[in-house]
Amino acid sequence: MGDQAQLLPGTLDLLILRAVSLGPLHGYGILLRIGQISGNALLIEQGALYPGLFRLVRQGLLKANWGTSENNRRAKFYELTAAGRRRLREETDSWNRLATAIGTALAVQPEEI
Amino acid sequence: MGIFRRMWALGRRSKLDREIDDELREHMRLHVDADVAKGMSPDEAIRRARLRFGNPTVVKERVDAEDAALGFESFLRDARYAVRGFVKSPGFTIVAVLTLALGIGANTAVFQLLDAVRLRSLPISRPQDLTELRIVGGNKGLGVNDGMFANFTIPMWQEVRRHHDPLSGAFAWRTADVMVGKLSELKRVHGLEVSGEFFNVLGIVPWQGRLIEPQDEAACQLNKAVASYSYWKAEMGGQAITPNTTIMVEGRPIQILGVTPPGFFGLTVGDRFDLAYPTCIPPNPRREVFSFSVMGRLKPGWSIERASAYFDALSAGLFESTAPDGYSAETTKMYKSFRLGAYQAGEGVSWLREEYDSSLKLLLVITGLVLLIACANLANLMLARSSARQREMAIRMALGASRGRLLRQLLIGSGLLAMGGAALGVALAQPLSRLMVRSLETTGDAIHLVIVTDWRVLLFAAAVGVLTCMVFGTLPALRGTRVDPLSSLKAGERGVAGSRERFGVQRLLVVTQIAVSLVLLVGALLFVRSYRNLMTLDPGMRESGITIVLLGFESEHVKPESLAAYKRQLVEDVRAAPGVENVAATTMLPLRGGSWSHGVRVGRAEGQSRFTYVSPSYFATMGIPIVSGRGFTAMDTTNAPPVLIVNQMFVRKYFGGGQALGRQVQVMPEPQYPARIYEVVGTIQDTKYNDLRGDPEPMAFVPIDQFPETAQGPGMAMMVAAKDGPGAIAGIRHALAAKHPQMILQFLDFQLGIRDGLVGERMIAMLSGFFGVLAVLLVVIGLYGVLSYFITQRRNEIGIRIALGADRGRVVGLVLRDTAAMLAIGLVLGTGLALFAGRAATTMLFGLKPYDAATLVFSILLLAVIAVLASLLPAFKASRLNPVDALRCE
Repeated sequence: MGDQAQLLPGTLDLLILRAVSLGPLHGYGILLRIGQISGNALLIEQGALYPGLFRLVRQGLLKANWGTSENNRRAKFYELTAAGRRRLREETDSWNRLATAIGTALAVQPEEI
Repeated sequence: MGIFRRMWALGRRSKLDREIDDELREHMRLHVDADVAKGMSPDEAIRRARLRFGNPTVVKERVDAEDAALGFESFLRDARYAVRGFVKSPGFTIVAVLTLALGIGANTAVFQLLDAVRLRSLPISRPQDLTELRIVGGNKGLGVNDGMFANFTIPMWQEVRRHHDPLSGAFAWRTADVMVGKLSELKRVHGLEVSGEFFNVLGIVPWQGRLIEPQDEAACQLNKAVASYSYWKAEMGGQAITPNTTIMVEGRPIQILGVTPPGFFGLTVGDRFDLAYPTCIPPNPRREVFSFSVMGRLKPGWSIERASAYFDALSAGLFESTAPDGYSAETTKMYKSFRLGAYQAGEGVSWLREEYDSSLKLLLVITGLVLLIACANLANLMLARSSARQREMAIRMALGASRGRLLRQLLIGSGLLAMGGAALGVALAQPLSRLMVRSLETTGDAIHLVIVTDWRVLLFAAAVGVLTCMVFGTLPALRGTRVDPLSSLKAGERGVAGSRERFGVQRLLVVTQIAVSLVLLVGALLFVRSYRNLMTLDPGMRESGITIVLLGFESEHVKPESLAAYKRQLVEDVRAAPGVENVAATTMLPLRGGSWSHGVRVGRAEGQSRFTYVSPSYFATMGIPIVSGRGFTAMDTTNAPPVLIVNQMFVRKYFGGGQALGRQVQVMPEPQYPARIYEVVGTIQDTKYNDLRGDPEPMAFVPIDQFPETAQGPGMAMMVAAKDGPGAIAGIRHALAAKHPQMILQFLDFQLGIRDGLVGERMIAMLSGFFGVLAVLLVVIGLYGVLSYFITQRRNEIGIRIALGADRGRVVGLVLRDTAAMLAIGLVLGTGLALFAGRAATTMLFGLKPYDAATLVFSILLLAVIAVLASLLPAFKASRLNPVDALRCE
C-alpha cells in the first residue's frame, strides 16, 4: 500500500457514485471496484465508506436492496437512482473542470505570465 | 464468530442499527473470505480484516452522525433516549417540570390577561375598521363628565351624525345601568344606551327577534330594549322572543325586541351589558354634559390620519355651534378651541386596561424574574446531572461521537422538559388568570373577561418555553460536552473532576438567584407596605359605620321649586328611622372616584376648587371637625347670604395661609350654576377627596339649601352614620316605603367602597408577596442543591482535612464561607438592581420612597438568614463525614 494517494475531501462520494454506476455492488464490492478502476492508486479508509453510503442513500442518490453475493452471502446491494446518475454527471463535469484548471495552473511556466 | 456477535451486541437494537450491524458484519466476512481464498489462514484473515476496517463502533458512530445530520428518526430516538433518562430519575424530572410549569404558567397567566384586556380585538366583523372620535387631549374637565369614556355631548353627536364622510356609519353609545324589577325589589343591571345605528354599524346579527334600529329612538320614555344573550338565558329563561315579551324596569313593563348573539358583550372590555336600549334626544339637550362615546367604521380607502384631518377641519364649526351658554368668556373660548381626532378602536374601550395596564406589565416583569430564578435553579440541577454523566459522555466521545451530536441529544432533553413545563404552564395559566380577575372584582362590579388560550397566548408560552430551554439547557449542555475524554476517564466518578471553572458557573448561577430574589423580595415588601399604608390611612373622616343611601324619586313628580323642601323633609324622615345615628345630604360621595369642581376667584387669584353641597349635619356625621369659625345651620338657606366652609389647602392656595374667615370667594358662572359671591364662615382640616392616593386639594363646602334651584334634580344622596348598617338599612326602607312607595332606594357601604378602590394594590401586594416567597424558596432549594453537590465533589478533600485533624466547626466554616461569598456578591448586585428597579415602580408606591432603607435592610437580612439556614444542613452533613469511607471510595 506504499504509493496510495489520500482522497481529497468530498471526492469519496463521487468515487462511490462512479463505482456503482458500472453495476449494482455491495459495500465490499465498492471498495474493490474503486481499487480496480483507480489502478489501486487511491486509499479508501474503510470506515469512511459506510457513513458515505448511508449519506448517499439518504440523499436519494443511491438505493439499497438486500440480495445474495457471488459466494452466497447476504449483502446489501447499492445502485444508482436517476438522481444519482444526474449527480454523477454533474460532479464529473465539475471535477474535470477543476482538474483541468488546476492542471493548467500548475503547468504554467514563468515566462508565460 | 462469537467475537463479532459480542462486538456488535454493544450497539443499540433498533432496526436501523441492526441493519448497519448486519451490513458491516457481511463486509468483514467478505473481506475475510477473500483473504482466505488468497491462501491466508482464517485467524490471520480476521486479524487483517479488523486492522483494515478499524473499530466498527467508530464506524457505527459515524453512520449515526450522518443519520443524525439528516433524519427526523434520530430526533425521535434522541427524544426517547431523553425520556428514558427522565423516567430513571423521576425526582429530578418532577421538580424540573413543576418549577418550569409554575414559572411559565405565571407568565402566561399575566400575559393572558394583558392579551384579554389589551391585545384582543372586539368580537365583531372587521374590528380594525372601528374608529372612535375624541377631543384631542380631552375636554380638560369642562362641564359634567359622565364616566370614563364619555367624550361627546348630545349636540356634538348630532353634528357628527350629520357629517362623517370618512365613516361608513357612526353611532353613539354609553353605559348607564338600569334598575330592573318591581319598585320594591329593584336590581341594578348593566345597561347600554345606544343610538339607532349601533348594531347595524357594528354588524351584529340578532340571535332572536330584532335589534335596535333608528326608528326606535323616538320616545324618551324607556319602553323597549334588547337583551344580551347571557341575560336572556339567565334572567329570562331563554324563552323565545315574541312581540309580547316584556320585563319590568323601575316598575314599568318594557318590550324586549330581541337578543344579541352569545359572543357580543358590548364595547367595554371587562364589562358585559345586560340590556341595551335606544338613546333619546330631548328637545333641549344640555350642552355641557359629556355623556356619549362616538364611534364609526372607516370607509374603505380612508386612513386614520386622513379621517383625523377631516374631523380636525370640521372641529371649528362643530364646537362653535355646540358651545354651551353660561360659561365665562375664557371657558367658552377654550371650548371653541377643542379639536376632534379619530382613533383606532378595534380593541374597544376598557377601564380595566386604563386602570391595570401598568400593574399587569409590572406583574409580567415579576413573573419573568421568577422564571429566571427557576431557570437558574434548573441550570444548576442540569449541570450537576451532566457532571454525573461525564464518564458516559467521555466514553462516547472517545468512541467517535461528535460533540455536536451529544450537544443535540442534551438539548433535546432540556427541550422536552421545557415543552412539558410549557404545556403544564398553559393549563395552569387558565385558573391563575381567572383567580387574578376574581381578585380585582369589587362588591359592586363583576369583571366579565373572556379569557381564552388563543394563538397569541400559545405563541407566548411557546416562546417562553424555548427561551427558558435555551437559558437552562444550553449552558449545561455546552459544559457537559466539553470534556477531555482522557482526563475525565482517569479522574473517575469524583475527585478532582470538577474544576474550579465548573464550580464558578454554578456559583455564578446561585449569585444571580440571590440577586434577583432580593429584587423580588424588596419589591414584594414595598408593595405590601404600600398597600398597608393605604389600608391604614386616615382620610380625615369617619370610614366605618357609614352607609350611603341613594334616593331616586322621578316618579313622585315633585315640582322643581319644591324640590329643596322635599329633600329637606327626606333627610328628616331618614333621621327618624330606627338605628340611624346621624344623617346628612351631600351632592358628592367622597372617596368613590367622582369629582365636582367650580372655577373660583379670590381677589386676583383664579383657579379651581372642589365643591360639595352638604346639609348642616354633614361634618358631624362624617366626623370632620370644624377647625375655625362655624359649621352650617338650618338658617343658611337660599334667602340667607351664601356661605362657604373651606379646607386648609384652600386657605393656603387662595388666602396665602392667612385669615380665612370673613373673606369673599367669587364662584365663576356655569350653565345652571350662576356666578355667586360667598363668604367664608368656617374652615376644616384637609381631608382626602375622591381617592386615598390623592394629594390634598382646595375644597369648599356650600349649604345644600343654597344649591341653585336650576340645577335641582329628582335624586339625592345621603351619608348615614349607623353602627349597625344592615339594621339601619332595614329601618330606612321601612320608614320610606310607607310614605313614598314610588321611591327607588340603593344602599352602599362607605368603607367597602373605599376598599374596592384598592383591589389593584391588593392584587399587586398579594402576587408580588407570593412571588417573593416563591423566589426565596427557589433560592433555598438552589443553594441547598449546589452546596450538597459541591460537598459530594469535594468529599476526598474534606475527608483528608478531617483525617488531618480538622474539627467539625472548621468544616462547617468551610461550607459557610462558600455561602457567605456567594451571598455577599449576590446581595450587593441585588441591592443595585433593587434600587434601579425601585425607581421604575415609584408611581405605584404610596407613602414610601422606592429606596426605602428599612425595607432594603430587612430584605437583605432575611435573605442572608435564610441562605445561611439553607446551607447549614449540607454543612453539618459534611462535618459528619467519615474520613475512612470518603477516602476508601477512591
